[in-house]
Amino acid sequence: MQQRVDERVADLGVESIAAASIAVEPIRETVGRRPPRMLLLLALVACAIASIPLVYLLVRVGSSGLEDAVTVLGRPRVPQLLLNTVSLAAAVTATCVLVGVPTAFLLARTRLRLRGMWTVLAALPLAVPSYLAAYGWLAAVPGMQGFGASWLVLTLVSTPYVTLPVMAALRAGTTGLDDVARTLGRSAWHAFWLGTWPQIRPATLAGALLVCLYVLSEFGAVALLRFPVLTTAIQQAYGASFNRNYAAILATVLVLLAMIIVIAEQTARGRARRRFGAVTGVARHRIVNLGHWTVPSIALLSVVPALAVGLPVAVLFARLFEAETLRALDPVELGQAILNTLALSIGGAVIAVILALPIGALAARYRGRLVRLIESLGYLALGLPGIVVGLSLVFFSLSVMPALYQTGFVLAFAYGVLFMPKAIGAIRSATAQVPTSLEDVSRTLGYGQLQTWWFVTARLARPGIFAGALLVAVTAMKELPATLLLRPTGTDTLAIELWSRTDVSAYGAAAPYAAALILVAAVPAFLLSGAGRGRVDGTAS
Amino acid sequence: MRTLRRGLILSAGVTALALTVAGCAPASDTEPAAPNDAAIESDGELTLYAGRDEALIAPLIEQFTEDTGIEVSARYGSSPELNALLLEEGDNSPAQVFLSQDAGALGSLANADLVSKIPAEFADLIPAGFTSEDDSWIGVTGRARVIAYDTEKLSEDEIPDGVEELTDPKWSGRVGFPPGNASFQSFVTALRVLEGEEDAEAWVEGISKNSPVLTEKNGATLDLVNSGQLDLALINHYYWYEDAAEVGADGMRAQLKFLPGDAGGMVNVTGAAILAGAEGDPDALAFIEYLVSEKAQQFFVENTYEYPLLPGVAAPEGLPELESLVNPQLDLSDLESLEITQELLAQYGLL
Repeated sequence: MQQRVDERVADLGVESIAAASIAVEPIRETVGRRPPRMLLLLALVACAIASIPLVYLLVRVGSSGLEDAVTVLGRPRVPQLLLNTVSLAAAVTATCVLVGVPTAFLLARTRLRLRGMWTVLAALPLAVPSYLAAYGWLAAVPGMQGFGASWLVLTLVSTPYVTLPVMAALRAGTTGLDDVARTLGRSAWHAFWLGTWPQIRPATLAGALLVCLYVLSEFGAVALLRFPVLTTAIQQAYGASFNRNYAAILATVLVLLAMIIVIAEQTARGRARRRFGAVTGVARHRIVNLGHWTVPSIALLSVVPALAVGLPVAVLFARLFEAETLRALDPVELGQAILNTLALSIGGAVIAVILALPIGALAARYRGRLVRLIESLGYLALGLPGIVVGLSLVFFSLSVMPALYQTGFVLAFAYGVLFMPKAIGAIRSATAQVPTSLEDVSRTLGYGQLQTWWFVTARLARPGIFAGALLVAVTAMKELPATLLLRPTGTDTLAIELWSRTDVSAYGAAAPYAAALILVAAVPAFLLSGAGRGRVDGTAS
Repeated sequence: MRTLRRGLILSAGVTALALTVAGCAPASDTEPAAPNDAAIESDGELTLYAGRDEALIAPLIEQFTEDTGIEVSARYGSSPELNALLLEEGDNSPAQVFLSQDAGALGSLANADLVSKIPAEFADLIPAGFTSEDDSWIGVTGRARVIAYDTEKLSEDEIPDGVEELTDPKWSGRVGFPPGNASFQSFVTALRVLEGEEDAEAWVEGISKNSPVLTEKNGATLDLVNSGQLDLALINHYYWYEDAAEVGADGMRAQLKFLPGDAGGMVNVTGAAILAGAEGDPDALAFIEYLVSEKAQQFFVENTYEYPLLPGVAAPEGLPELESLVNPQLDLSDLESLEITQELLAQYGLL
C-alpha cells in the first residue's frame, strides 16, 4: 500500500528503485523486441506534431539562405550570447541539483516536523512565473542585473524540477545498499554515494534536463535582469529589425544546443539504468534523526520558498499600497481571466498527455535508435523560446486548420506541443513501473493490445500520467509569449493581464492578478508535492 | 482516470467554445479589388491589433464605440510581436487595422505589401514629415527622443546639448540605452542621415567603447536613472510622464533634457495602417478618421503625454514646441534604411 502512495508522489521522470526492482528486468526482456506497429505509428504522429516548430525553423532558415546564416553567426556578439546562454544554463542546472537533492533528502529521509508543510513549500516556486520573481527581486534590490542576478532568480524558480522527482525516488528507494556498504567499512557519505545515489541518479538527471532546457528557452527574467542571451537576441530580432530570418537562425542555434543536452541526458540515463540493473530488494529505508543539524536543515528548506515566493509577493503588495493611482479592480474581469487560464491550461495538459502517452510508453518499453530519436525530438520544443513556438503554430494552423486559427483550441494545442516534454518523463517512468507480466496475463486472457494498455497499463500508470498533466498545467498557466500570439482576440489569461499591467508600470493594478496567478498555480504545485495525500512520513522507519 | 476524463470533457468544451468564437469572428474576405468607397457595407465591427498598452488605449476605443456604434474587438500586444504576427499571418490576417507604437513596424508591413492606402482626405490632415510619404500608413502621435538624467548627481547645465559628447571618456559607463529598441535605432538612422555615414559610424564606435549600459526597454532604462544606478538614459520623453503619473512628479529623481535640432532629440511617430484585406472597409476608415480627430488627439495629449500631430491641437503642458524639435533636414522616409543601422550596431557589438 505504501508503495502505491509513493508512486502517486510527483514522479517527474523517475526510474526509482522500487520501479527498477520490478521493471528493470522486464526492460531487459523487451530489448530486441519490436514495438507494436500501432504504438510506433502513434508515437511517430506525436513526434511529428512536436516537430512543428523545428520544421518551421528549417523553412525560415532555408528561405534565408546559407550566406545569411554565415553572416549572422559571424556577428561579433554571437559568441558572447552563446557563451552567456551556456554558462547560465550550466550554472542554474548545477545549483538546482546542489540545492534540490539535499532538500529532497530532508523531505524524504529525515525526521522532520511539519513535513507536509515543508513539502508544499518546496513545490510552491513552480507557481511563480520567472518574470514575476525577477520583477519582485528588481523592485527589492534595484541594483541587481547580469549573470549573478539571472542565475539566482532562475535557480529559485526551477529548483522544484529537481526536488520533486528526487524526493519521489528517495521515498520509493532503499537504504539497504548503504547498510551493506557501511558494514564493509565505508563512511556514511561514501555509503550514500555507493548505495543511494545510483537510485536517485535517473531522477536527478531527468530534473536537471527540465531545468537546463527551461533556462535555454527562458526570456522574461533574463530580459528584466539585463543578461543578454540567445533568447533576448531572438526577441530583439523579432522586435526592432523585423528580420525573421535572423531570429530563426539564432533559434536554430538554440535547438542545436537543446539537442546536445537531450542526447547527453539520454546517454547518461542509459548508463545509469544498466549499472542499476543488478539491484533488487524491497523498498525500505531508514529515517535519519537530524539532531544538531535541525537548524541548518530548516534554513535550507526555507531559503528557496522564501526567496522565490515570499519576496516577490511581499514586494508586489508593498507596491500595491504605495501606488498613488489605484485603479479599481474589476472582479468580473479577474474571474474571467481565472476561468480562461484554467480552461486553457487544462486543455493544454490533456493535449500534452495525449501526445506524450505513445512516446512515453515507447521509451519505457523499447530501445533502439528510432525510439531514442522519437524521444529526443519530443523534448526539443522545450528548449525553444515561446515566441518561436507561437509563430510556428500561427504558420501551421493558418495553413492546416485556418478555421481554428485564434481559437482556444490552437492555444491549448500550442501548450500541448510546448510542454509535452514535461509529461514524457513522468509517463515513461510510470509505464516502466508496470510489470510486463501483468500485460502478458491480460493478453493470454484474450484482451487486445489496446485493451490491455487501457485496462492494465494506463490504470496502473495513472499517478505518473496525472503528475505529468499537472506539471504541464502549472507551466501553461504562467506561459506568456505563445499566449500573446495565439490567444483568441479579446481573451485574457492571468499571465496576460499581469503582463499588460506591469508593462505600464501600474504595479498597484498588477498585484491582484499576480496573487491570483500564484494562487491558481499553487493548486497543481500542491498536488505535485504529494503532500495532503494522507502521507505522514517514511513509514518504513 | 475520472480526472483525466473530466479534463477531456473540459478540453472538448474549450474546443467547442473555440469553434463558436471562430464562427463569430468577422470574415475579412473583402475583395481587395473593390473600389475604395461605398462598395463595402459597414458590418459595425472592427478587428484591431493594438501594439500599445491596453490600459492607455482601451478608454479611447470605448469612446470610439460609444461615438460610432462600431464594436471593436481589440488584440493587444507589443508592437514588435504583433508585427511578427501580422507578417506570419500574411493575407490571412483577421486584423483590419494595426495601431503601432512605431513607424518601423508599419514600414515593414508596407514593404511586405500587407497594407492598403489611407485615403487622402485623412492622410492629408497630418503634416508631411510625420506620416508616410506614400500614404501606406498614417501618423497619429509624436514622441521626442530625450536624455533623462539623475538630478542627484547632475544639474541640467552639465547635460550635453547633443549626443555627440556622449562618446567622451567623461561619460564612460554612465550612459544607458536599449539598442534593440525601434526608436533608438531610428535615432541612429537619423544620425546617419544628418551627419553622414562616417560620422555616424564614429559615434557608434565611440559609444560602444565607452562602456554603455545596454538595456531591453526604454522604461527599464529610465527606472535605472530613477533609482540612481545610471546617470544618463537615451529614451522617449513620455516614459517619464507615465512614471510621474504613477509615483507623482515629486517622486521623480530623473529629469528630462530635450535636445532641439540634434539627431538625439528627433521626433518619432506612432501610427496606424489599414490591412490589405480591409481595403475600403468603412469601419476601418471610421477608426482612422477617429484617430486623427481633434477628440482623439486631445485624448493622447492628456493620457499618454505625446505630441498631437493634428495641427491646431496644443502639445502637453511643459513640453517644448514640436516645431522646435523637428529637424528640417530630416524626412521620415529617410529612416527606412533600418537594416544598415542594425548592421552598424551589430558590427560594434551593440546588437
